[in-house]
Formats: sequence, C-alpha cells, structure tokens
Amino acid sequence: MSECRGKGGVLINRNLVVNFSFDGRSYSGFAGDTLASALLANGVHLLGRSFKYHRPRGLLAAGSEEPNALVTVVRGNEARSVPNLRATQVEIYAGLVAHSQNRWPSLGFDVGAVNDWLSPLFPAGFYYKTFMWPRFAWHRWYEPRIRAAAGLGRAPGGPDPDSYAQCYAHCDVLVVGAGAGGIAAALAAAGSGARVILCDENGALGGSLLDERANSQGGSDAAIWLRTALTQLAALPNLTLLPRTTAFGYFPHNMLGLCERITDHLATPAAGVPRERLWQVRAREVVLATGAIERPLVFPGNDRPGVMLASAARTYLHRYGVRVGSRVVVLAGCDAAYGVALDLHAGGIGIEAIADVRTGAHLVAPAAIAAARAEKIRVVERATVLGTSGRLRVNSVSLGVVAADGSVSNAGTLPCDALLMSGGFTPSVHLHSQSRGQLQWQADAGVFVPAAAAENERSVGAARGLEGLQQALEDGTQAGLTAAKACGLTPHAYSARIAVQEYSTRGAPGALAQPGARTPAKAFVDWQNDVTTRDLQLAMREGFYSIEHIKRYTTTGMATDQGKTSGLNALAIIAGSSARQVPEVGLTTFRMPYTPVSFGILAGYDRGDQFDPVRRTPMHACAENLGAVFEDVGMWKRAWYFPQRGEDMHQAVARECRAVRTGCGMFDASTLGKIEVVGPGAVEFMNRLYVNSWNGLAVGRSRYGVLLRDDGFVYDDGVVARLADERFHVTTTTGGAARVLGMMEDYRQTEWTDLKVWLTSTTEQWAVIAVQGPRAREVIAPLIEGCDLSAAALPHMAVARGTICGAPMLLFRVSFTGELGFEINVPADYGAAIWEAVRAAGQKYDIVPYGTEAMHVLRAEKGYIIVGQETDGTCTPDDVGLSWAIGKSKPDFVGKRSLSRPAMLASGRKQLVGLLTADPHVLLDEGAQVTATAGQVAPMKLIGHVTSSYRSEALGRSIALAMVVDGRARQGQTLYVPMPGGDLPVQVTAPVFYDPQGARLNG
Amino acid sequence: MQRFSAWSLLKQAFGSHGGWQPQWRRATPKPAYDAIVVGGGGHGLGTAYYLAAEHGLRNIALLEKSWIGGGNTGRNTTILRSNYLFDESARLYDHSLKMWRDLSQVLNYNVMYSPRGVLMLAHSVHDVQVLKRHIHANRCNGVDNEWLSPAEAKAFCPPLNIERNIRYPVMGGALQRRGGTARHDAVAWGYARAADALGVDIIENCEVTGIRRDAGGAIQGVETSLGYIASRKVGVVAAGNSSVVMGMAGVRLPLESFPLQALVSEPVKPVMPCVVMSNSIHAYVSQSDKGELVIGAGTDAYTSYTQRGALHVNMHTLAAICELFPAFRRMRMLRNWGGIVDVSPDRSPIIAKTAVPGLYVNCGWGTGGFKATPGSAHLFAWTMAHDEPHPINAPFTIERFREGLLIDEAAAAAVAH
Amino acid sequence: MLLIHCPYCGDRPELEFSYGGQAHIARPSKPESVTADQWVEFLYLRSNPRGVHAERWRHVRGCARYFNALRDTRTDRFIATYKAGEAPPQQSGSTP
Repeated sequence: MSECRGKGGVLINRNLVVNFSFDGRSYSGFAGDTLASALLANGVHLLGRSFKYHRPRGLLAAGSEEPNALVTVVRGNEARSVPNLRATQVEIYAGLVAHSQNRWPSLGFDVGAVNDWLSPLFPAGFYYKTFMWPRFAWHRWYEPRIRAAAGLGRAPGGPDPDSYAQCYAHCDVLVVGAGAGGIAAALAAAGSGARVILCDENGALGGSLLDERANSQGGSDAAIWLRTALTQLAALPNLTLLPRTTAFGYFPHNMLGLCERITDHLATPAAGVPRERLWQVRAREVVLATGAIERPLVFPGNDRPGVMLASAARTYLHRYGVRVGSRVVVLAGCDAAYGVALDLHAGGIGIEAIADVRTGAHLVAPAAIAAARAEKIRVVERATVLGTSGRLRVNSVSLGVVAADGSVSNAGTLPCDALLMSGGFTPSVHLHSQSRGQLQWQADAGVFVPAAAAENERSVGAARGLEGLQQALEDGTQAGLTAAKACGLTPHAYSARIAVQEYSTRGAPGALAQPGARTPAKAFVDWQNDVTTRDLQLAMREGFYSIEHIKRYTTTGMATDQGKTSGLNALAIIAGSSARQVPEVGLTTFRMPYTPVSFGILAGYDRGDQFDPVRRTPMHACAENLGAVFEDVGMWKRAWYFPQRGEDMHQAVARECRAVRTGCGMFDASTLGKIEVVGPGAVEFMNRLYVNSWNGLAVGRSRYGVLLRDDGFVYDDGVVARLADERFHVTTTTGGAARVLGMMEDYRQTEWTDLKVWLTSTTEQWAVIAVQGPRAREVIAPLIEGCDLSAAALPHMAVARGTICGAPMLLFRVSFTGELGFEINVPADYGAAIWEAVRAAGQKYDIVPYGTEAMHVLRAEKGYIIVGQETDGTCTPDDVGLSWAIGKSKPDFVGKRSLSRPAMLASGRKQLVGLLTADPHVLLDEGAQVTATAGQVAPMKLIGHVTSSYRSEALGRSIALAMVVDGRARQGQTLYVPMPGGDLPVQVTAPVFYDPQGARLNG
Repeated sequence: MQRFSAWSLLKQAFGSHGGWQPQWRRATPKPAYDAIVVGGGGHGLGTAYYLAAEHGLRNIALLEKSWIGGGNTGRNTTILRSNYLFDESARLYDHSLKMWRDLSQVLNYNVMYSPRGVLMLAHSVHDVQVLKRHIHANRCNGVDNEWLSPAEAKAFCPPLNIERNIRYPVMGGALQRRGGTARHDAVAWGYARAADALGVDIIENCEVTGIRRDAGGAIQGVETSLGYIASRKVGVVAAGNSSVVMGMAGVRLPLESFPLQALVSEPVKPVMPCVVMSNSIHAYVSQSDKGELVIGAGTDAYTSYTQRGALHVNMHTLAAICELFPAFRRMRMLRNWGGIVDVSPDRSPIIAKTAVPGLYVNCGWGTGGFKATPGSAHLFAWTMAHDEPHPINAPFTIERFREGLLIDEAAAAAVAH
Repeated sequence: MLLIHCPYCGDRPELEFSYGGQAHIARPSKPESVTADQWVEFLYLRSNPRGVHAERWRHVRGCARYFNALRDTRTDRFIATYKAGEAPPQQSGSTP
C-alpha cells in the first residue's frame, strides 16, 4: 500500500492494520478505511464492470452516490452474502471478504466485454425492436440469455441467519445529515431544549468538515470545530445521535424511515445483536442537511478507472491519507475543483494541469485560477475533453479548446493516472421532494433547490444550494432555532464560525463541447446502466419527449444509484438537444428509498412464529397431548384430527365420526366468535341486524341466526342465545368474529344511534367444549350441578346456567353433528381442567376427541352449511336453503332490500343440494364442477360446483354438497362432474343425508 | 411505420442509429374527431389502436393528461394470468391472455411476453379448496391451471420455502403455465406506435376538464386544457381518475380509488424463475429481465390520489416475501412507487356503454388491469364501434350493480387480484 | 403512515384506525320503499373525489369510536376531524 498511502487521514488509525480480501487476493488497510479507500491505498483502481457493456470501472465517488464499485461482501457463508454494496460505504474489518460482480472469468479479463465491441447493436431500447421472431423464441431463447447476462451480483445463497430490529421514535426535531449544517441545526435546536435526533449515513460524522486540508499543526479549523461540536452533542441528554443511519424515506405527516446499520462494520458482531434497525420517526419538525453531490462531466471515455469526481479524491486524501494518483489532471467545471487541485498539490500529488471546461465567462472566478497559477499549476482555459485512453486505468487525456464561436480545436494529450472532474454540485433534494415539497430551478447555479415545503421541514446549507461551510453553519443554526420555536420552545442563541477557504460549487450541467456536430459514442451520463449522450439523443430522435419516457427508454437514472450523479446532466443534455429549458423538461419523481434498504429491516420481527400472532384455545395443550394435528384457521390453531398409532387422516376421521354417531365425542369449539349484545335496545338491534325475528325468543333459548350484508349476501351465521331480556350471546364463525363485531359497531354507532345497546367481544372469555353423541348426557351429567339436563327441562336449543366441577358454566343444548349435543361454556381459565374432567368422565363411554375434519363430515351429513365453504359471498339465504330463518313479518333487516333486486329473485341461481356419486366409493373433489350433460368439451356449460365432499362413515359411502343452478328442482336427476379422467355421474339429492327428521338431536 | 427487426437494427447500427424515426407523432388536437379515447394507458392506447385497425375508424384522438403509459400501466408488477373463477371472468381474461401471445408480432414491438408460469400458493385447507375450485373451473373453461404439491412447487420454483416450520406453511399451489409477465412500457409504446401509424392522434399533456352534451343529452365533445374538441363518441379509460372524468358527464360510478404500491429490489442474477403469488399472506413476486425482484404490495386502506402509500404496507408484504424466500432477507429495496387503482364493489371491471349516448367507460380494473390490457382494449373498441358490447364484455355493465348480477371474484375466492 | 386526530383521543398513528369509506351516506330508513336507483346509490355509488373527501374512520385500536374526517385526497392532508353526527365544518376558501 506504500506509495498510494500518503500522510494524514483523519478517519484511519495507522496503529490498527486490518487484513481483508478482494476477489481472493489478500490486502491490508487500516481501521477506519472503507473498502474503496483501502483498495485505492493498495493501488487497486479496477473495482467493477458496467451493467451492459461490461466496461472496466473504478471508483467514481467516495460516498453513497457511487455507481461503479459494487461488490458482494460475504460474511462466513453464502447465506450471509450481500450483493451490490458500494465499496465506498463498506467499512473494512479483519477478515472481510469481498468480490467484484458481473464478470467472468475475472475482473481483469471479462468475456462479457465483447458487448462493448458490439455496442453499436445495443443502443437504448434495442430489445424492443428485435427478438420477435419466431414467436416463441423470446421466451425460450432470447429471454433466458438476456436474463443471465443481466443482474449484478448474486442473491444470497441461503436463509439469512441474522436478525433485524424495528422501533418507533418521536422527537421535536429530526436532523438528517451530520455535516456542518446538520450539526449546527442539532446544537441550536437541542440547545433550545428540543428533543432532537441527528442521523447520518456515514460511520464518521462531520460530512465535508472532514475534507478540509490540515493546517501546519496537523488539524484543520473545521476538524477542531467538529471535535468540539461532537463533544457538545454527546453531552446533550435530549439528543440522540445515530451514525451509520440513512434517512431513506419521507412519509406523510412528518414520518421518516431511518435505516441504522449496526453490525456490518464489525469483525465479530456480538451474538444476538440485530444486523440493522428500522427507525420510524415521527418528528414535529425536520431539518434536511443532506448536502450536495458533485456532478461528473460528460465526455468521451469518462468512465475509465481513474476518472473520478474531484471531491472524491479530496475525501480519499484527507479522510484516509490515500492518493488517487501521482500525475493528476483536474477538469474544472466549477471553482471547487481548484480547491481540490490545490489540496492535492499541497499533499504532494503532482497536478499535470487544470483544464477549466467552463465557457461561460460569468462562471469563472479569476481568483481560483490565480491561486492555481501561483502554485505553478498549469491551467487550460475554455477546455474540453476529446477522449481518454488506458484499458484498466486511465493513462492519458486528450484535451481540446473551445473557441468563442464554439468550434473545438485539439489541445494535445496529457499523460495522467487520475483524471478528476467536477461539474458543480447538485443539492440533495431527494427527501424534500419525497415529502412532496416543491422544487425550483435556479438558473444561475444550474440546479433545482427546495421551494415550498409540504410538511414541517426545511432544507439547509448545500442541500438548498448554499455554498461553503460558514453559510451551512449559519443556515443550520437558523433552521435549528426556527424548528425549536415551531415546537413551542424559546430559541436559545447559538452561533458557530469556521474560517476556511471557500470555493464556489456552481457549475453548468450538461455534456462538454465536442468538435463539429459529432456525438461521441462513449460519453457516459449514467455510469452503472451504461447510458450515453447518444442514447439520450436516440430516444429523442425516436419521439420520446417526456423525461419520464426518456428515462424509461434509456434506463438513465434507474440503476442502483437512482441517478444521483446522472440526473441533472441527463436533464441538461435533453434540454439542450430539444431546445427546452431544464424546468420545461421537468424532473422525474424522487422515490424512496434514498439508498437501498434491506428487506430484512422492513420485515423486522415478523418472521417465523411471529409472522402473525398465533391464537391457541385454552385446551390447546390438551389436544397436543392427545397427538392432534392442527390446521390454521385465520390466526387460530385448531385441532384437525387426532390420529392414533398407525392411523392416517382418513382412518382417524372415520373413527372420530363413528364415535360421535354411536357413543360420544368431544370437540374444542372455543374459536367460535362470541359477542354479547346487551341493553334495552338489544332485541331491536338484533331484529334490524339478523334476518331472523328475535321477539319470540324466550330467555334461556337459542336460535340459529343468519347475518347478511346490506347487499343481500350471506355474511356470517351462528347460534344466538337469549340469556336475559336484554342480553344476547351471539356466536359467529371462527374467521368472522372481528368483522361481525366491526359491522355491528358500524350500524350501532352510525345508523341506529336511537338504540341503547352495548357490544362486547367475549370470544376469549369462554372455553367451549362440545360433547356430542347418544351418550353425551350420560357423560356430562355426573359433572354438572344446578341444571336439569333432561330433554324436557333442557330441550334442543335450550340454554342454562349451572356449574361443572364447581366452575361456573353456560350450557347450550345445541348440535352441529345431528346428535344429542351440548356445548359447555366455561371461563377460559377453567377450559383445560374441564376438558380433562369431561374426558375422564367419558372414558367409560369410550369418549373420543374429534377435530375439525370430523366436525365437517358430521355437519355435512346433516346438510349444515359452513359460511365460506358452501357460501362464497355471492349466496343469498334462499340459495343455501335458509329462507326459513328469515323473519317474514319484519319490515327491514340488513340486506332485506337487496334480496328483492331482480337477479336475486330470478331463476337460474345456484342452490344448495346433495350429490351422490353413482359409485359410492368415488369421492368427488371439492371445487369440482357440475354439468347437466355428459361428454362436454371445454368451454363447457357449467351449472354448479362441489362445495363439500367427504367419505361418510355413517352412510358407508361418499357424500357431497354442491351449489347447482336451480338445484332444488333437479332432485333425482343425474348430473355430471367432469374430471380429467372422464365424467362422473352424480345424483342430485336433498342436502341432508343423515337423519333428515332430526330425531337424534332431540333425543 | 418503420419496421423493427434484427435486420433494421443492424442496418441502423452502421448509420449510428441516425435513421430512426419517431415512434409516434406529437400530435396537436384537431377541432373534431370521429372518436375520442380519454386516457393514455395501455387500455386506452390499445382501444385507439383497435378502433383504427379493426373497425376502420381513422379520425381518432387519444387524450392523455400527462405522458402515455405513466399511470398504472407503468406502475404495476406486470403479472399476466387468466385463471379466474367465474365463466365471465375466465372468458374475459383468457381472451386477453391469448392476445398477449401474438402481441409482439401484431404490433411489431417486443412486449416481451414471457409465459414463465404463475404459481398461486395455498397456506390453509381453505386456500386449497379455493384454488382447487379455480383449477376445476378453469379446466372446464379451457383455461390451463394445475395443482402442484409443495414438493412440485419447490421443484418449479427452487427458492421457495416449503418447510413446515413457518407460520403458514405452503400446502401446495395452482400453476398456470401460460401465465407470466410482459414489459409494461413496451405495451404502451407498442400500441402508441401502431395506432399512430394508422393515423390516430396521440395527444399528451391534454387534460379533459369537461364533457359537453347536447340538448338530448348525447355526447358532443370534450373540453380540454388544449381547448374544446368535438366528437360524438367518447370512451373514458382513466383508471384511478375514472370517477373524476365521468363525473364531468354527470355519471356516477361505483368506484373508489386506492393507492397501490409496488417495489423492486436491486438487480441480481436470475434467482426467481416464475411468478409467485400468495393471496392469503399478501406476497406477489417475480424477477424482471433486468434482474430486479418485482414485488407487489397491498392497497392502502383509504382512498387517495397521491400516488404514494404507507411504509407499513410494504413492510407487511416484505415480511411475507422473506418468509417464503428467506434468502431474500438481505436483498435490498431499490425503488418503491404507488399507483391509483379504481376498485369496483365486486372487484370486476366495467366495460360498457353508459346511459349517456356516445359515452363509454372502461374502468374498475382494481389491482389487476395490466394482464387484461389487450383484451380490454379490443373489447372496448368493439363496444365503442358497434355501440353495443361484445358478448365477452356484455356481463360487465354498470347496471349489474342495480340488478344484483355481480361477478364477485374477490368474495368468491377470498382472493385479491 | 398517516397521523390522524381522533376527536376523542387526539393524534394517533394510522395503525390504530380502520377506514370506513365515504361519510354522510345515511341508510334509508325504509329501504323497502326506495327505488332500485336509490338503493344502488346507497350501496355502491361513491363520490370518490380528487380533492376534499368527507370520510369515516374508526379508532378501532383505541376508543373504538367512529368519527368523520375531511381529507384532501390529492395530498392526504386532513383538514378536520369531527364526531359522528356532527355536520362537517365549513371550509374557508379552497384547499391546496
């Protein structure tokens, strides 16, 4: 690393040598280095290949705007690899392993570079014009090859073992960017008592304060000021400092998304520490001190390794002590480039020349030129660049001179090993624009600056086009005080001063002049996506006029850097080529994120079991102990079936069904939704809401209720019990509990404010054990006190209170199986104990726990529907045979009016029927379709579909429920279920297969 | 129209591509047209094209308030499929899917129709029932769709996680092999270029500000930001802005406009061979030819025209993606954007005449309009040209809401689409 | 994520709320007597404006109450929130 590493470097610690590898070769750097600075220090300039032409590329920048030097960092194994990281943002640690991307077989010799030779065939949008013949060839031939060639790095190779954190934060003032303006704003606001968060995307705070030349004492005034300021910041209890934290998104109502990188820079992260953290910050006021990004210049061959932004060279020198070259040519599109040249010169780097590419005299500050010449640096005025040479690193630059008439003459070739350029600085208005703040074109500076804000935010310093550290400090201070005042605080005077030599950062975006009308082939505007001036002009020639179209056609600004260095140059070139002003061309929308953000932090804690809450019933552990297999129903885990040794699902379900029909079964019904409807208006409320009439329902009795939406379609169902005159216990489907309560509240609060009624969800207050079967009464009787279980005292659909094993109980005499049945409701905490007590009591009757699958079979044998299985949001009560439930004398209920719409009354609606296959062993597929005639070919005339299909243990054959057009009138007919193997004949029956008279459940 | 081919590309390469002509003219409005299409998305551009190509109209204007293809056409996740449940929907979307097959050749513009397969995942017994009902209905309607076991799904899409230890394990999936993706911009530009070649005036930056009707109530023309333009036939294809435009003619629509977001990752080498959709945990992902993972998020809860949505909506989607593809957790979101989708009560579109003579509307595509682009345009052009609906779009009227003849794919399938 | 002012609880994040669609659509008191057109208007037709929208929100993970809001759908800026049953506040001048 010898000759490239000079003196100085405020961020590196020369006492700590750090070894790392790049493309399999070992290198060493210092603690504090980025991968970019460390490789430069080792003389490595070739870091990547471009996306399309595979051109050799080095570092363009030193910060997050870097388009070229994208690397894959592998930590341990492929599961911990991350592609497409910018080498300029990767902080090195001992053992870091990094690889270059998108090259084969090696970075130095890349076969893909043949694309560069063939580039005349690949102009912008070439793929829209070809690969169309023969028709199938796009998908089979061309696309796979294009896909293989595209992409940058490789996706990680396995499940990510790391964790990610998320948090919310609230503050008075959020300051984004810890450069001069941001630090001043934070100090001013926090000094006034505001709760402040200050974040910066870099590990080292200070921004361009870190880029000032050291004085004779070894520090700079800026560095001294920074040290003091950081000490002050650290001492403020009301300030949170977040380094390595990128504010990536600005969301409505002053919420910002911040991504904090916690472990990626560490050699050995502590176990359990999250890799990154998402901050969602709601700030009363926001200060955007996001700085400005230097623009490259657009000229032929501007992409060779060694061609770099001038400020980047300065950053490498002052922060890392790294020299980007020993013979440097500086292309000055603004005064700041002179400052860089003078710094490099003072750092012992040979400056071959400064080529001042400005042709508008008003832009040139004579003082800068004089300062350079005073140091005996050659200055070429009115220069342009005709080309560069050097395969893997630039070795010369051909200059031209632009005459007053615009003609260009050759001015010779200069040897160089680094070519630095500065086209001026573009304010980073991304976040301001994301917040929907307006932008304004500042013609004299050639940039867009923030105008009216849409949120409580303000940009400061370079982010709003101001120049120099002192202005940034003053502007930041003012903004911090204003923000504090807006938060209702009294601003506390604060001021800061730094004496530094300032150079103007104003330039003119666009391409450098070229001889004649020639448009050079390889003058890059967007480095990563290989977009050249020619591509932009081709797009315009082809009629693309809107900037959005040109962007999409050429892909300029759509690479992983999102146009940070290319955007304004592209606009200016487009404007210049179409005789428009830049504002007329317009800007493309700035979209979040500012820089790419890991999926991991956005997914956060929502992984594994925490992806969604798991709801378990009070008897869950009991079912687990019994070996239950569970199914997911909404968020609930429900016992699906209880296989005993050697049983498959079918055998288990058959056994469970048999037990319920012949002896006794028990079932966990706790997941059903339960809502208490209470108050003087409860009856009327229920009358208006459900299709049924509730006036006649006696206390201690229950009824099957049907709920529609106002569009007339079945929405939910469940047993509703009247516990007292003004108290109903409403049950809902498992999945429908929340939405039914929501619907009830909607009508209660906004439509029927005349009714005094209160609603309470009691789903989780009750554990519910269904005990079903001819022996059910005998099983539970010994456990129950305070309630008469006899058929006379507790008939079907009766409800009683009592105790079971001493626990308070609400007992429903209900049946979803068609057998004598009870549903024991006990407070949830008693659920498991009562479950075990019932099971113990049932042992002598061979009681069998059954799951949801057996429950489905049993209810299907009885023709009981499941909302969501028989119905699908398009069914009326009549369609599913529930007309009987409708209270005929009621003037209104939710959905009633819609039931009289023409289509609801017309014939041809699907109706619930039973289907029996001709072959009793054939089990229909749920979802299978029904036709009236056999032998149809697609497209068939479909008249229905199978909604439920089971092997019925009680009937010894298969059964099915189906929705069939005019189905009730088709009873006895033979219909067909077309399957890939042929039509299955089926007979239409009533939907009740077992005990149609209901004798058993009244037992 | 200058023909596109490998040969023309080669020929132009020798002339530094200096000979390419504009793909469409920047037209200025004439005082009157035989037909006006309002809305320059894929559906509108296609409508203008088919009016000219198949119905002999030549004097057609397409009005776009901004730049063509800049609404939902340019903002969607480009998923194509036709495995819809109801006969009416299956016919509509399959009509479209069949047109995608030849669209590049018809338009002489590579729209990159890529039938790489759309795999819809099931995570519960209910999901399995729903998807199997789709598969049966599709087969009987001549629409390909097949059931894959978890292992088969994994074989078809290797990065998919089919482990049982996740919150909602994959219980299988429905695969439509003809489903896939296409290049969204190319569809808009391809139709624009082909329509322009047939004389259609494509007028950008022309916002409709009013609709003029005669004494009898029939359409006379439209007021625009570029002045009044007369026409007795106006077709509105304005997606999220349909309510606004139709309101100018006094027609109220059963629509609400919601933000819908999508995002892409940084580009990586091929890793996702197909499209994967999971309706129950809200994950929709494919990989573009450029290498970006293209991910669709859900709609925000509230109506909005801001073309942006909340971060938490994306977070929910990415959590689902990371569960199904745990290796993607270290992938990075590159760009996020929002569109405005016009959602009808039954989540099915309206492609219909209106009560106003000469006024037609094509809207309500919700989150799934891109796949229907060629079919929708083709049928809407037919409807405008014949002043009556084509049999395929005849069920998709406005009146169906009054009659109760809904085509409720969403309710029927518990499927967002 | 929007910041929504619940008239009962104050400013809360959007995650605590559910959206309730267009406000001030009264369910006909005698649905049987309304025409098909009036009923479809109630069920389905929505103003869906590009501009100020009167809409319902429910603070479902807070006080659980419904309330109304005026929000500009072009910017998502809330102009006002007010209790259910109250008339929407008069707006001074036009909105942005």
